Amino acid sequence: MIPDKNLKYSKDHEWIEVDGETAIVGITNYAQVQLGDIVYVELPDIGMRADKDEAICAVESVKTAADIIAPLSGEVLEVNAALDDNPELINEDPYVAWIMKIQMDDITEIESLLSEDEYANFCENEG
Amino acid sequence: MSKLIFEMSRPGRRAFELPETEIPQKSSAELFNSKSLRKSDARLPEVSELDVVRHFTELSNRNFGVDTGFYPLGSCTMKYNPKINEKVASFEGFTELHPHQPADSVQGALELMHDLETYLAEITGMDFISLQPSAGAQGEMAGLMVIKAYHDKRRDTARTKILCPDSAHGTNPASAAVAGFDIINVKSNDRGMVDVDELRKLSGEDTAGLMLTNPNTLGLFEKDILEIAEIIHDCGGLLYYDGANANAILGQTRPGDMGFDVVHLNLHKTFTTPHGGGGPGAGPIGVKERLHAFLPVPWIEKTGDKYEFNYDKPDSIGKVKSLYGNFLVLIRAYAYIRTMGKEGLKQVSENAVLNANYVLARLKDAYDVPFGDRCMHEFVISGEKQKEMGANTLGIAKRLLDYGYHPPTIYFPLIVKEAMMIEPTETESKETLDDFVDALLKINAEIEEDPEMVNTAPHTTVVRRLDEVHAARHPVLKYDFPE
Amino acid sequence: MHRYIPNTESEKKLMMEQIGIQSIDELFSSIPEEIRHGDGSILPPGMSEQELIVHMRELAMKNISAYDLKCFLGAGTYDHFIPTAVGALTSRSEFYTAYTPYQAEISQGVLQAIFEYQTMVCELTGMEAANASMYDGVSATAEACAIALVTARKRNKIIVSASILPETREVIKTYMNGRDVVLLEIPFKDGETDYDALEKTLDDNTVAVCIQSPNFFGIIEDMDRVGEMIKDAGAAMIVNTDLLSLGILKPPSEAGADFVVGDAQPLGNPMAFGGPHLGFFATSGKYIRKMPGRIVGETVDTEGEKGYVLTLQTREQHIRREKATSNICSNHALNALASTIYMSLVGKEGIKEVALRCANNARYTREMLIKTGKFSDLFGKPFFKEFAVKADTDIKILNEDLHKLGYIGGFNLEKKFPWLEGGWLVAVTEKRTKVEIDDFTRLAGDAV
Repeated sequence: MIPDKNLKYSKDHEWIEVDGETAIVGITNYAQVQLGDIVYVELPDIGMRADKDEAICAVESVKTAADIIAPLSGEVLEVNAALDDNPELINEDPYVAWIMKIQMDDITEIESLLSEDEYANFCENEG
Repeated sequence: MSKLIFEMSRPGRRAFELPETEIPQKSSAELFNSKSLRKSDARLPEVSELDVVRHFTELSNRNFGVDTGFYPLGSCTMKYNPKINEKVASFEGFTELHPHQPADSVQGALELMHDLETYLAEITGMDFISLQPSAGAQGEMAGLMVIKAYHDKRRDTARTKILCPDSAHGTNPASAAVAGFDIINVKSNDRGMVDVDELRKLSGEDTAGLMLTNPNTLGLFEKDILEIAEIIHDCGGLLYYDGANANAILGQTRPGDMGFDVVHLNLHKTFTTPHGGGGPGAGPIGVKERLHAFLPVPWIEKTGDKYEFNYDKPDSIGKVKSLYGNFLVLIRAYAYIRTMGKEGLKQVSENAVLNANYVLARLKDAYDVPFGDRCMHEFVISGEKQKEMGANTLGIAKRLLDYGYHPPTIYFPLIVKEAMMIEPTETESKETLDDFVDALLKINAEIEEDPEMVNTAPHTTVVRRLDEVHAARHPVLKYDFPE
Repeated sequence: MHRYIPNTESEKKLMMEQIGIQSIDELFSSIPEEIRHGDGSILPPGMSEQELIVHMRELAMKNISAYDLKCFLGAGTYDHFIPTAVGALTSRSEFYTAYTPYQAEISQGVLQAIFEYQTMVCELTGMEAANASMYDGVSATAEACAIALVTARKRNKIIVSASILPETREVIKTYMNGRDVVLLEIPFKDGETDYDALEKTLDDNTVAVCIQSPNFFGIIEDMDRVGEMIKDAGAAMIVNTDLLSLGILKPPSEAGADFVVGDAQPLGNPMAFGGPHLGFFATSGKYIRKMPGRIVGETVDTEGEKGYVLTLQTREQHIRREKATSNICSNHALNALASTIYMSLVGKEGIKEVALRCANNARYTREMLIKTGKFSDLFGKPFFKEFAVKADTDIKILNEDLHKLGYIGGFNLEKKFPWLEGGWLVAVTEKRTKVEIDDFTRLAGDAV
């Protein structure tokens, strides 16, 4: 699957779309393939604090559960409620099925994220 | 497909009767304030006794136990559960004991438990035993709490880390987390054993202890155990033994002699107490002298001929279980040890290890054997070759069901891809082992021909492959009563 | 050759040839010489079945049990009647020699039985979901505390009422040791949770409150009142209860319980000197996916046939490892099966009848004890099947006297609460007859 936006990435296999002061966060194709059929997304609460590099919520598949690590610090503005009933949307199109929107504290944190090429390299070395 | 017991209900049917009584009987409305009472009845079944008996008999026919067939589950030690153990554990002199009866009315029970402690201490080479934990996991938690209490008592509060091999059973890190530790994973080397140099680097002043199974979960004996013990002890840590694989070493060597400070045993594995469809088990722990003060209370004190419960242990970690342990499970383990005796237990490990090596020897050409062709009581093979041919370990396991076998443990340990862990145990005959090997070889041949048969297995069981994704996405965890 | 080990000498030879060794000893060569076990084991030699039965019989006969004496002792473990079909069915070896039902296709028997068990626990407790069993009521309560703690962010106080079973309090302490939590105990007043003290202690740092009803003294607590307070504080309500009492009493779900836990030993499992008993664990809403232990769910197979599987396993230790909220692996499945069969046998009407019989028998016993003029109510509150009286005597001696006369007397409350001298906690189940109760109470009165 090829994402059609100019996205940033984290080493925890999240994609981040920057929209002004808001960061939209989801998980990458690599992550959803590793997880297998996703059965549940434990969405964060709206208004919750996201602390960079700390676990904020979780995604469960039949065979494993993975913490989602907040790639940036800020406040959770919105969550994708569609994932409550249809967690499989993430398997179907991981770059459309966003998980949460964060109001960033510090926009310079974006610089610590990976570009598309850097992320592709990172995945190759992991595998 | 079997009806649920609720679907068999018919209003007015009964399977139970209380005796008549001369004691005046009031109704619930007369006895209790209306706001304390239920407004509507709990919808328990209304069936006859024969309904109940037929229903659960039918369910038993849709289940597979050791008595049904071969059960080579690695790490579970599915050996024969002797019937005599069931009989003696059902004596009313045991089952009808109330736990708070005074000690002099339960001397037989206390004697049994005390002697069991003595035997388990002997078998493990430890100094003191507590029979309290209900299962291996609870034993681990208790054992780790003992380790924590030991360090806390010495005010050595820097020791926050427990080291665990990456091949360890999931309960090891989970128990350590529950006991309040951080977990450090120790990588295995390419021979499947603890990487001693890694270990040396990782151990230090923050090491509370190392948890090890020996033989490890690959069925290999950690040859460097004495060096490993030295490394941990030198840095001030303690060594914890996960007794899940004790079947390999009964009468051959003892964790106490290897240098372990704390041990737990799984009585429902090595000591043949039945698995019960998931439990109950028992996970007694053993410790060396210096940790004795921290064991759970009460302990059984013998003075002359009399036995008593003693609660005087100020540094104890407390209770992990409300009472003394899973007594009816302990009885079965005791009866087994008395049946086998010193010589019998040695034969257990000899034959368990012989059987495993025999099965490995016959399988090693058709299946990948990642860690050499010698093992202890269990071994791990990989379905990687078969994966390249279009099948996988899951399919092989499900296809074994069609051949009448319970599959081995699959996808564990995590460090082997497409893992299949096989533990035959000593109670199986050579014919059974040969037939099982033949089935696995046939399945391999099927995969070479056309893997689809294997990928869509099982075909002959009462239900076909069940959709676990559906179950997890839309959980239905109880019967939906019609309105 | 031992009767449990089939390998004959000739078979062993054949196997050794296949492996390529001369002796079995070679297979143990990876064990360092220094730790190869000597022959100094003190274990006794093995026994034949004949000898073992005689020996076990001797041990059993050194005990005097509720089989020989009439039991009026409770305090968390109860002498209830177990219908014969329970044991007959649980001793089917397809059940008791089976492993955990991870291979669902050949374990539909156990899985369906547990699904039925989960349903029955939900019916009685009024909660949305129940798990496949825990070790016992005390660990179930402790685990509920752990789940509540992990779920409540930024709070770390857990309140426990002193009117719950003392062993539960002790085990909660053990389980919470090593976690970042403050455990606070609320005293009891007149045999019940001190509700005013509870209200004062509740705050926005409270994770959960643990209460028990019927409580350790047999008294039915005011769960509605407690539920209101806890809700206002935004904390979790953990109620430990007796499933049998829920045959007639209001389920804790109606008071707003978040977790309903306890020990289901009274339903089909023997007293067994304390174990194995049966922990049940039921919850609703956001906690369902956090329940510890195994859970059975309904699903379909590839042909659309209904079947059962273990589900929501990603919470469990074998997947989450150090991130699991609980380390539980083995549970008490066979005891859950026994309770399921028991609940099927007594059924919708029977469970009410048993509960009522216990309540009536207990009331009659209390009346007769008070009539002797030697006993008075210790608390005088509404109770289920157990009640506390007091007498001007040493309860230890009273129990010793009654023991000689054929009775296991009630719990000596002074053992757990030193200021309750002369306090006697008496439990009366459906097994006790008028003759027994009349005799017991008369003898108790005489002995004081």
